[in-house]
Amino acid sequence: MEKLNPEIKNQIENELLGTVGRRYRQETFWVFFLGAICIGGTVAWIIQLRKGLGVTAMRDYVSWGLYISLLFFFVGVSLIGALVSCVLRMSGAKWRYPLIRIAEAVTLSAIFFAGFMPVLDMGRPERLYFLITHGRIQSPILWDVIAIATYFIGSLIYFYLPLIPDLAIMRDKLTDAPKWRKKLWRWLAMGWEDNLLQRRLLKKAMLILCIVILPVAISVHTISAWLIAFTLRPGWNSTIMGPYFVFGALMAGTAIMILIIAKLRHGYRLEHYLTPKHFNNLAKILLALTAFYLYLNINKYGVPAYKMAKEERAVLEDLFYGKNAFFFWFTQIAGLVLPIIILSFKRFRQSIKWVVAASVMVLLGALINRYLIVVPNMLHPFVPIQHAQHGYATYNPTLIEWTITASSLAGFVLLIILLFKPFPVITMWEVTEEVEKRGEKEIGVENIITLQNIPTHAS
Amino acid sequence: MACGNNCTCNRNESGNQDNSRRDFLLKGLMGGIGAAFLSGCSGNTGSKSESGDKVNVLTHDGKLVAVDKSQVANFKPHISEEDVRKGIPGKKFVMVIDLAKCDGCGKCTKACNKMHYLPSNKEWIEVLEMQDSPEVSPYYFVKPCMHCDNPPCTKVCPVDATFKREDGIVAIDTDRCIGCRFCMAACPYSVRLFNWTEPVKPNIIETTPAAENVFQSKKGCVEKCDFCPHMAREGKLPACVTGCPMNAIWFGDANEDAVTCYDGTTAKLSQLLEDGGAYRFLEELGTEPRVYYLPPANRTYDAKEIKIEKEGK
Repeated sequence: MEKLNPEIKNQIENELLGTVGRRYRQETFWVFFLGAICIGGTVAWIIQLRKGLGVTAMRDYVSWGLYISLLFFFVGVSLIGALVSCVLRMSGAKWRYPLIRIAEAVTLSAIFFAGFMPVLDMGRPERLYFLITHGRIQSPILWDVIAIATYFIGSLIYFYLPLIPDLAIMRDKLTDAPKWRKKLWRWLAMGWEDNLLQRRLLKKAMLILCIVILPVAISVHTISAWLIAFTLRPGWNSTIMGPYFVFGALMAGTAIMILIIAKLRHGYRLEHYLTPKHFNNLAKILLALTAFYLYLNINKYGVPAYKMAKEERAVLEDLFYGKNAFFFWFTQIAGLVLPIIILSFKRFRQSIKWVVAASVMVLLGALINRYLIVVPNMLHPFVPIQHAQHGYATYNPTLIEWTITASSLAGFVLLIILLFKPFPVITMWEVTEEVEKRGEKEIGVENIITLQNIPTHAS
Repeated sequence: MACGNNCTCNRNESGNQDNSRRDFLLKGLMGGIGAAFLSGCSGNTGSKSESGDKVNVLTHDGKLVAVDKSQVANFKPHISEEDVRKGIPGKKFVMVIDLAKCDGCGKCTKACNKMHYLPSNKEWIEVLEMQDSPEVSPYYFVKPCMHCDNPPCTKVCPVDATFKREDGIVAIDTDRCIGCRFCMAACPYSVRLFNWTEPVKPNIIETTPAAENVFQSKKGCVEKCDFCPHMAREGKLPACVTGCPMNAIWFGDANEDAVTCYDGTTAKLSQLLEDGGAYRFLEELGTEPRVYYLPPANRTYDAKEIKIEKEGK
């Protein structure tokens, strides 16, 4: 493939740089809206810190509730970065290039909140540093702390490395930006001159990181699964937990990825970069993951359900036709079976609307499923619950808990938006390079070479 | 006060073999911790009236002298953080609960709550109504902490706040606990309680490290039955044992192979377990509990009166 016309390349870069620092009315609304929820959550957290965890609905039987469910959710979502920048890379999927920075932003935000949730759940958060001063390496919590920290740093580096050439472009192009920004870009670009040696080194670094980060990513979520699998409780005491969490996480992450690129596509006017091809391909991945997750669910619930051993029976009855039956069957049917059916048809896969609808269902199912993994099991311990005080034998999250939960989710989305603001959402240099090498079709972008078709909204 | 010198104090009990076995714990304990120390030299206790009881004390120059009990100050030895984590030397505490005798009166719980300044909504030792299957008759089931030898709770603690001591006790250091509640999730016996709100503090001053405090409730920390180590140090029985008029709870030292119950009867542990057909609760989990149960055969109460609470109601 011949080199791109420098003028076209220039225009592509101008277009992609158009989102940097630009204010969008809808986006501003979301930032303020999510910010307001976060402020509400902070207030709720301060109340919780002052009065103790008694303001939550957690009690001695259900000693872990929404916060830990959300921890599992966030750790799970964070796997999307590893999926896009590592698994897709190794499988040679070239259409991943426009998605890499988005996926890493989601990962960074998710892993940040994953690290934050246990602190919210702690009875004595002011003793957090005990994990370092008195840490016991035999405890899976220590493993989790180490894994989350490693993955956070790894993801930060993976977010930064492909950013270097783009920062250099910004340094060279956006000359009318405020002085401090230019200074920051110059500093962050680390003297990138786009010569062959630099490119080779950068690509080598990215390859090494891509290989290193996959086991880290998988270990992060496996260790989270072990937090419950290492107990003797009925329903938790199972070897399936690691893979069950990892694949549920990849599924939820893919669903979130689809929703975010659907929003960005129109919000940032990236229709030429995030195309139906990306939705179609992500939908195929989502189909494979939901189908596999359904298979894991059949194993997780079906195998003990056949035996109906005494201890597990109470949990299973609760899920199958007890108090949590609605949620359980929602996650299985609306969260898995229906999306599988929808995504199985090519016609639906090629329609962005249907893919988004399926992703919403998968995501809702995944969120509720995290709750179902944690809470019902705690309500059915080995020793029967008797003479329980009011509120001890049930779990109905309080307003404080819901506020903190909502604001964590809001903060997660807000952080993603804020990560998109200072940088171009699409990795400019990699996309143009790959388009030069392989053509538009394989990367999944449309009509960016024939730029005259593009409305000049970004110049 | 450092106890270096005072540790040479040793109460010689060899002449009192006819003493009730009830204070069997005393003998082993006193030597180790030096509970008594000669204060006669200070002179300020000299005005006390003589009680007539003699205590053998070892002086600085190694002589054994018999002095009157009133001459010996009520000295509590300094117990360091290390002592608390290590446990009482030479001991292996064990509890035996005779389900045939338990009539569910709940006095053990009351005594325990009184000892540990617990409000009525907290129960370190719980009395449950159990029925293993619909056709068999129900029984009362007393559930303290099992103080497992393979404790699932201490394994998962990230900061060593809950730990297994050499004397068999699983203790909690509330000065260390970060409140992650992993131990609560890990405990298959649902023994552990959490202080969700600020507990009401009694008007007492604790001198021992947190893990052997009488009052262990601290906001944001976990607590549970501790086998009353502060009593064991003094050679006394836990509150639940001395509070059970049915003699259903036995407590003692497995190394000594002896357990004692409310009325002071001391039995040979191995004999009690063998004769009673003892078992341990949820043995199949492999947690190796230190609490043994004697099955509810030949009950001393009417089992038909027991009403089983339906789960979740």
